[in-house]
Amino acid sequence: MTGPGRWRAAVAAAVGLALTGPAPAVSPDTILAGQAPKLLSQYGFFADGAKQAPAEGVVPYDLNTPLFTDHALKYRFVYLPPGASAAYDDSEAFEFPVGSALIKTFAFPADLSKPAENVRLIETRVLLRREGGWFAVAYVWNADQSDAEMKIAGARVAVETKLDGAPLSIAYSVPNRNQCKGCHSFNGEVTPLGPKARNLNKDFAYPGGVQNQLAHWGEVGVLSGAPDAAAAPAAANWADEAAPLEARARAWLDVNCAHCHRPEGPASNSGLFLTSGEQDRVALGERKRPVAAGRGSGDRTYDIDPGNPDNSILVYRVESAEPGVMMPELGRSLTDSRAVALLRAWVESLR
Amino acid sequence: MTIRVSISTLMLAVALPFHAVAADIVVEAGEGAAERLQEALISVEPGSAVKIGPGRFDLTEGLSLDVDNVKVQGAGAGQTVLSFKGQTGAGEGLLVTSDKVVLEDFAVEDTKGDGIKSKGSDQITFRNVSVVWTGGPKETNGAYGVYPVASKNVLIDGVFVSGASDAGIYVGQSEDIVVRNSRAEYNVAGIEIENSKRADVYKNTVTHNTGGILVFDLPNLPVQGGHDIRVFDNDVVENDTANFAPKGNIVAIVPKGMGVMVMANRNVHVFGNRFDKNGTTHVLLAAYPNDYDDDNYMFVPRGVYVHGNTYGEGGGSPDGEVGKLISDISGTPVPDIVWDGVTRIPEYFSWVAAENRIYVDEAEGTTFANLKMISNMLLPWSTAPDTDIAGYKGSLPEPPPVKLPQDGGA
Repeated sequence: MTGPGRWRAAVAAAVGLALTGPAPAVSPDTILAGQAPKLLSQYGFFADGAKQAPAEGVVPYDLNTPLFTDHALKYRFVYLPPGASAAYDDSEAFEFPVGSALIKTFAFPADLSKPAENVRLIETRVLLRREGGWFAVAYVWNADQSDAEMKIAGARVAVETKLDGAPLSIAYSVPNRNQCKGCHSFNGEVTPLGPKARNLNKDFAYPGGVQNQLAHWGEVGVLSGAPDAAAAPAAANWADEAAPLEARARAWLDVNCAHCHRPEGPASNSGLFLTSGEQDRVALGERKRPVAAGRGSGDRTYDIDPGNPDNSILVYRVESAEPGVMMPELGRSLTDSRAVALLRAWVESLR
Repeated sequence: MTIRVSISTLMLAVALPFHAVAADIVVEAGEGAAERLQEALISVEPGSAVKIGPGRFDLTEGLSLDVDNVKVQGAGAGQTVLSFKGQTGAGEGLLVTSDKVVLEDFAVEDTKGDGIKSKGSDQITFRNVSVVWTGGPKETNGAYGVYPVASKNVLIDGVFVSGASDAGIYVGQSEDIVVRNSRAEYNVAGIEIENSKRADVYKNTVTHNTGGILVFDLPNLPVQGGHDIRVFDNDVVENDTANFAPKGNIVAIVPKGMGVMVMANRNVHVFGNRFDKNGTTHVLLAAYPNDYDDDNYMFVPRGVYVHGNTYGEGGGSPDGEVGKLISDISGTPVPDIVWDGVTRIPEYFSWVAAENRIYVDEAEGTTFANLKMISNMLLPWSTAPDTDIAGYKGSLPEPPPVKLPQDGGA
């Protein structure tokens, strides 16, 4: 086995926990097949699906600032075909070779304050890199958590959990295949969102020890062309109160809004562009009047009225949980009150 | 990809009056219809159709179509009703993001956001569909009924929209557009063409809206500089619904009783329309009224030609801030045609090139006022509006008819 391969095997063995017998392997043909398989297990991404223990060659990862999805826990994994690597990019998602897969499982613990206990897996979304581009498909976990089944038309799953000690019922939404593209879209083509340098540039507790993810990806051969982590961009952790307010807010907007709100995204026609690299303060919403907000305007004048969160449409729409008003349009049914607080503080700070 | 066509639906398809080819998917109302419909819109193969049977479909999620060359066909706008009364997600009822799509013969009701939206579509046709908010005009209704945006070759034919809290038929940031034989009523704006190029709007009936037909160009958008718009042979009558748009939106400024309003934009031709009983004014040509920060934006209308329309009574009850602004200068009844007279400052002190001027050529007795807003602002004590319609005679070369590939054009 060559260097990267051996690394991957070692990681898989370590991550795969109590493996007995040969390590389960990913099925490359399943990733490339025209028809996506009915069951998640057919890909072989997991040594133990219920425990979210990845198979050999499947690397777990985490993001500096995640998308809010009704408080769901997320377990993310990347798989690349043996010998292939993704090409590093400074600002956009890495360029993944054909045969790659990005795997993300959404789950809820019985109590959100105890994320490691009594976790129920809800769905696993898979992005498959095929000849013709990325292909998105979602699998919903069964009651005994033994496998997950493909749902083309999406689903609503009733979830019961606790937030800050109070019971919380969520009508959790599994997206249909088109809704996947509602966010994962770049100039009309399906695209990954999470694996960008700025969002991956952080430490991760691998079984072999803590390591920066970009460095680790390079080391195990998943990524090529990456600079030293110190030279790569790094997004703020939006929840890190020690980080600068502007950096936290911009990181939050970048991840939660900018997949649509960018010139290449589904909301390009709004002219409101929220990527962390956006320099034009009007495009960023400052004193920008709405164009197609409808009742989403909330009778307010500007997307962002500097210093005045209560006259800012952006704040109004993030606060709302009402379809037709709330932003983002997909992926949540609840309001993220901590994000609202962050955005209010940020808008308040603007002049 | 599996196409779920059961034996029974196949038999049903054979029994139905329309010709169903093998790859067409038939979705009938009943148990699980919402999921079957969305699955059909995902699984449908290019070149085939999703045929929606008669009946009521209660949808809780937005629908979407991303497959090229597909027809979505109901049994008639009065027969196939997609109701979004219980909608819990998505910004619109049906979203189309693919090319060569025909939407035909169904109704969409009570969406929480927009009715039917197409984004980035080339050759999108809305034919004999209706979008209705059944509770009548309400601020809480969705913004747009039929909403193609950033699209090309847009055909809107025989559409009915009622109750939109912004525009019933709204075409934004698009090019090559035909809106005809349609009816828009009880919306804030009946039909709006915004930041778009080459549009023909004809033989529509727009009535009981706040404003009938709006041709706008707005700043700070990826596509600006709307031009070559023809608005002709429409009935623009009795637009008398109080403005119910949420504030902040540009249409919230439109006064009740506006016929056709041209704001910014270039080379706009308004002719052969029938205006009657529009209480503020039948035709308003105006500059963008708000402050903005955009060096690429032209805020005044350039090259507008209004001719050969018929004007019934109107202008007798100017409404709102804009109505007051106008009637304070023009008096009441407000003339049939009003131009705010705003020009760019360099032009104000020199001249406006012939192709950028405002031309009015109407039958004897048609009333007109140039409000001379800039002079009025600079010299309020000595400026009177110019009501001499003869001084605006002239014409502009008309843009050629819009030809769409899906409509027998090139």
